[in-house]
Amino acid sequence: MKGREIQRSDILLGLSFLLMIAALYLVFIYVPTEATMGVVQRIFYFHVPVAWVAFLAFLVVFVGSILYLGKRESKWDILAYSSAEVGIVFTTLVLITGPLWAKPTWGVWWVWDARLTTTLVLWLIYLAYLMVRSFALEESQGARFAAVVGIVGFIDVPIVALTIVLSRTQHPGPVIFEGGLAASMLLTLLVCLAAFTVLYVLLLQLRISLREAEVEIAKLKQAQSP
Amino acid sequence: MENMTYVFAAFAIVWAVVFGYIFSLSHRQRQLRREIDSLKEKNDDAPG
Repeated sequence: MKGREIQRSDILLGLSFLLMIAALYLVFIYVPTEATMGVVQRIFYFHVPVAWVAFLAFLVVFVGSILYLGKRESKWDILAYSSAEVGIVFTTLVLITGPLWAKPTWGVWWVWDARLTTTLVLWLIYLAYLMVRSFALEESQGARFAAVVGIVGFIDVPIVALTIVLSRTQHPGPVIFEGGLAASMLLTLLVCLAAFTVLYVLLLQLRISLREAEVEIAKLKQAQSP
Repeated sequence: MENMTYVFAAFAIVWAVVFGYIFSLSHRQRQLRREIDSLKEKNDDAPG
């Protein structure tokens, strides 16, 4: 990593740490226990932000993929690839924290309803995005294949978001936008959203510098080959 | 209070995955940095 990038990641790390401490304080000490679900509802304050970050990460993949196909500059492919990997990590966390909230609330770990199924499909689409490169004969062809998957795959993001409105699902409805949260709960959620968004930017920056190093190695090896 | 186990599990898993991912990124970064240095040395030593 270059000097300015190290300085920026130090700032992001510090900000992320402070916001996470504030988030933990708000989630476990400040916010009151929800009346219907009880203490288990506190999972909501991490479950929703990790889902938001996953959507944001896939939006970055979508934009990066369009720019790569339009301009053929490797920096956009590096951005999209890095964001896809971080997005998969956060989607994995959505798929873990969701069932941990569902079991004590619904009595089951998983139901094959629209929200949960489309989220699982989203996870599989972006796994395919990372895997599709290995089917290509050369690096640039793999990047083009992946960009197409990154653009088409993003269609699933609004589908996941809208399932709670358009279909019958056990998943809770859009309480945040309907004003169904008390002020203290909304504050806690907003701080958690900020904390995880900063964490996403930090992880993305780390992953981009790793991808740049991988590309540099490939070039150095190419230069050495007879 | 038994539901606290689910809350604890959810938060512990989130942190374990995030820290595990950060650790894996920094470990891979160190490995790649070493590989870049060794490849650059070989390139510098190469004749011509």
